[in-house]
Amino acid sequence: MVSATTSRPVSKTRARDRAAPPTLERPGVAWAIPGLLFFLVFAVAPMVGVLYLSFTHWDGLSTPRFTGTENWSRFFSDSQVGQSTLVTGILLVGNIAVQAPISILLGVWSAGHQRNRAVLSAVFFLPLLLSTAATAVMWRQLLDPNFGIPSTFGRLFGGTTDPLGTQQGAIACLVLVTSWQFIPFHSLLYQGAARAIPHTLYQAAAIDGAGRVRQFFHITLPQLRNTIITSTTFMVVGGLTAFDIVLLLTNGGPGTDTSILPFSMYQTAFRTYDYGYASAIAAFLLLLATCASVLLTKLSGYDKMTSTLEGL
Amino acid sequence: MRTRPNYAAGAAAFVWLLIIGIPLYALVNTAVQPQTTYTDKGPVSLPSAVTADNFRTVLDSGFPQYIWNTLVVAASTVAIVLALAIPVSYAVVRGRGWITKGVFRLFLLGLAIPSQAVIIPLFLIVNNLGFYDTLWGIVLPTAAFALPVSVLVLSGGMRDISSELYEAMALDGASPARTLVKLVVPMSRSAIATTSVFTALQAWNGFLFPLIMTQSEDTKLVTLGLYNFVSEYGANVPALLAAVLMSALPILVVYLFARRALVAGLMGAGGK
Repeated sequence: MVSATTSRPVSKTRARDRAAPPTLERPGVAWAIPGLLFFLVFAVAPMVGVLYLSFTHWDGLSTPRFTGTENWSRFFSDSQVGQSTLVTGILLVGNIAVQAPISILLGVWSAGHQRNRAVLSAVFFLPLLLSTAATAVMWRQLLDPNFGIPSTFGRLFGGTTDPLGTQQGAIACLVLVTSWQFIPFHSLLYQGAARAIPHTLYQAAAIDGAGRVRQFFHITLPQLRNTIITSTTFMVVGGLTAFDIVLLLTNGGPGTDTSILPFSMYQTAFRTYDYGYASAIAAFLLLLATCASVLLTKLSGYDKMTSTLEGL
Repeated sequence: MRTRPNYAAGAAAFVWLLIIGIPLYALVNTAVQPQTTYTDKGPVSLPSAVTADNFRTVLDSGFPQYIWNTLVVAASTVAIVLALAIPVSYAVVRGRGWITKGVFRLFLLGLAIPSQAVIIPLFLIVNNLGFYDTLWGIVLPTAAFALPVSVLVLSGGMRDISSELYEAMALDGASPARTLVKLVVPMSRSAIATTSVFTALQAWNGFLFPLIMTQSEDTKLVTLGLYNFVSEYGANVPALLAAVLMSALPILVVYLFARRALVAGLMGAGGK
């Protein structure tokens, strides 16, 4: 990374002096340097910082004191960490399991050019206009045990008037509210991708006598492969950072039942001012996210740097 | 093209309409009710008494300032991201050698760095740069974390520019800068639109950075204002939901007047 910042811009003006054939000057590394530096300072350096801080004791005021692996041995024996990881995982899987199928179906459906589909799609987009904070505040009120929807339509919620009152209920609410907010975004991705599928594929399938369902599984789904990976990446990253929704909807509760990793990291750092231990949790989060990212970029083939048009 | 309408899908879409529509109806309905009606009838009722008082409460509590701050942050973030990500993507797509490849891989890896995970050192950096409790303290990290997606989307768009066009630029003897301005930027307009929309929404949605990096009234963003509003007006649900509605007002305006651009922009984030 450092070598990139020290190498000078490559200039190839000589090529122009010779008569023919004209070759275009290629942009040098210099073009990437401002963006790279910015990214290094505000994203990469903090990653290194988190690793360092996870080996220290720091209250945020004095200088961090090196304590070796103290935070980490505490981390691995902390039962709250185990629970937080488990809940984070459950939320992640739950979110993907609910959002992916609905988004794909909705996206493919709204890719059709019928008038009613266009009108409904415009309505389906609306949750995207609300920020996550706004969505969470809204649902917190709508799920209120005394005045909210459950008090009127209790049967929809399995007879309970306080769906946020139990761990299962709170987790289900987090999944449902997240899905309510983000399915419109993911279905939009699928809508765009479904429209890009060449029509001739369907015509050929229709001639072969394939019905709607077969066409969906044998043409649509395989053609959506890249979008499925992209959309899942967004879901995974979003799931690992789903902090605002937890803070505003359940506040980690009941008790610490929905205290997912980013939330318990926030509490440890900015509520109890134990930045060293919080950094250990953060480093763990970072590790999970990096694994997920490497896996997904390998699957998607993004790293091969080929034109997205070549597949067509 | 298809011969018979898909009734099953239509029915499912109707169910989804209810799932989307009922909460939104409850939101708007509650926001225009006096509090007494709300406690009597709950959020899903037919509106009997309509009032604008709740919106007045929200307007008087500093919301216009928060909305303005959020607009400033979103616009600055988009400007910084475009200024940095366009040249990076240009170098990645047109440059040669292992360094540009490495740059691209680094940004790809950055795609999954959760901002939460690095918030503690980031807080330290912003503090040391003297940006604590300023809008810059929100803009700079937000821009940094929007860079990976932006580079991915922009380089995707730039890769689709045909090599004939570059050859034409070569015949003109154009420099890399001229090629960028005259060819690459105009040809990747849709990728630039996607980047802008996506980044603006990220900034708009941001909650953690405002929460950690700012503390005073002058630098408060809408999302944080909403959070504080909960503790201040927690019992006044209609006012709270009016605040939720107000917080969405600017994007709603964009949606009403530039729906196509907004939708097309977001769609582009998925690649092809």
